[in-house]
Amino acid sequence: MKQVFQKPVSLKDVQTHFCPGCHHGTYHRLVAEAMDEFGVQGRTIGVASVGCSVFLYSYFDIDVVEAPHGRAPAVATGVKRARPDAFVFTYQGDGDLAAIGTAEIIHAANRGEDITVIFVNNTTYGMTGGQMAPTTLVGQRTSTSPFGRNAAKDGSPIRMAELLSQLEGVAFSARVAVNNPRNLMDAKKQIRKAFRYQAEGKGFSFIEALSSCPTNWGMDPLAANARVGTEMCGYFPLGVFKDTANFHAG
Amino acid sequence: MTKRLFMKGNEALAMAAIEAGCRYYFGYPITPQSDIPEYMARELPRLGGEFVQAESEVASINMLLGASATGARAMTSSSSPGISLKQEGISYMAGAELPGVIVNICRSGPGLGGIDASQADYFQAVKGGGHGGYHIIVLAPSSVQEMYDLTMLAFDLSDLYRIPAMILGDSVVGQMKESFVPHPRPLRDLPPKEWVVRGREKGEQRVVKSLYLGDGELEAHNWKLHARYAELKEKEVRREEFMLDDAELIVTAFGSAARIARSAVMAARDKGLKVGLLRPITLFPFPEKAFRAATQRCRKVLAIELNAGQMVEDVRLSVARDAEVFFYGRPPGAGSLPTPEELLVQIEKYC
Repeated sequence: MKQVFQKPVSLKDVQTHFCPGCHHGTYHRLVAEAMDEFGVQGRTIGVASVGCSVFLYSYFDIDVVEAPHGRAPAVATGVKRARPDAFVFTYQGDGDLAAIGTAEIIHAANRGEDITVIFVNNTTYGMTGGQMAPTTLVGQRTSTSPFGRNAAKDGSPIRMAELLSQLEGVAFSARVAVNNPRNLMDAKKQIRKAFRYQAEGKGFSFIEALSSCPTNWGMDPLAANARVGTEMCGYFPLGVFKDTANFHAG
Repeated sequence: MTKRLFMKGNEALAMAAIEAGCRYYFGYPITPQSDIPEYMARELPRLGGEFVQAESEVASINMLLGASATGARAMTSSSSPGISLKQEGISYMAGAELPGVIVNICRSGPGLGGIDASQADYFQAVKGGGHGGYHIIVLAPSSVQEMYDLTMLAFDLSDLYRIPAMILGDSVVGQMKESFVPHPRPLRDLPPKEWVVRGREKGEQRVVKSLYLGDGELEAHNWKLHARYAELKEKEVRREEFMLDDAELIVTAFGSAARIARSAVMAARDKGLKVGLLRPITLFPFPEKAFRAATQRCRKVLAIELNAGQMVEDVRLSVARDAEVFFYGRPPGAGSLPTPEELLVQIEKYC
């Protein structure tokens, strides 16, 4: 019988530590599928960040360098400069990338480093127990915004995909979700494109991946999945914010 | 015969890094070390290397971490406030057993302080400046020749022991011009880097990390690191002894302070005083045994530093029992660099 569906080769055959209903596992799979498709697993060097995504090397069957909190784009810069033939990506959460690592992401993007960044935005610090993140929605209750995020004092959530799209070095910037089959298929397409741009040496490519966090949102997996569509997509619209292919064509 | 050059210490250091095979440099401007990134920006591109002026010291140490993880010889340099920012990355490199050379051309502090020669970063350098309880290799050049020689040594020791190595200089050795001989890189047997990330197509998965969560894993990892520090103390200590044999007072100083101290020791000898100099070249590993041996016979030591007293603590821990340890130093700043004459007055006090 012909096998029509299988686990990506770039993923290990292990259970993840992610909570039920978390979207990290789905994104891991999409990234691994893109890696398989481009045949880059063998020359990929992944850069893990600090947070729920730190165990990248436990799930991806690739070489990995662990970066300090927020510094993955700087570590990836060092890796890629020394090994321009390698396929290099970082996988970071919202606290890591949009708070403590803001300088590193902006400048790696602005230099147009030929790397891909997968940015998982779940509006909270997952690993440390659900504190307020730079992407926490206004009014959202977290353990450090017990009365809800107050825009007047805490600022408003940062839209990273749009922000980075303003920089000349960025070849591709998109926001995706996996809360329904249609979005998932589109997410797969955009991740593939981000990888293709690196393979073609076009410059920095960025995927903001909206994710649920049932545990820290205090929701069951279904309700958390629904929240991605009902609350997050309103403030964080899905779409492509920069695509140099279109830019040049237009 | 290799020809003699006349250059600034910072430039000799950069030249040595390139001779040692360093092709990747990551840095950020700060006085008094900016000659180093300027030299690298000029020279590395034509050698097929990469120079990146990073957005911060935090970013540049992490770029070093990334390049080093691929097995490349790489370097970053800065001065005191910038080195404070690098401490996070240095701790991660120490934890992940990554080599790499970090240059600190010290300036005075605390805070923004000033740009004068200073040795006030001794504690930070030798005690593990970041979190977690580790050491790095620390080499203290006191001449332009040593800026060249010790930089090359730093790359070899760092690769050999998989420990980051620091050159601890200051604006005296960094900014002064002196003649030196740029020896070619000495041949040294170094083990192949079987730990570098290179892609799965070359073999089993490799991970460069400092996170150890399993029962007992982190303790075992720490003991492994500390065994390597012990090995450094056994095998890699370097120091200079000058007129120690009949000395009745041992003067000790490192780096630029040792240059002034040497002049004072010679002036004391001219006066018939039996004074010698013991100069640590490796600050970590510290020449503990040399101090112990020297103070078995000569019971008085005067430590001289461009700070309010830091290395003197390691001297006290190293000397033979009953040896007396005195200190002279001044917190660094404009106008506080002591002259040989001032040091001679101090020496005479203890003779």
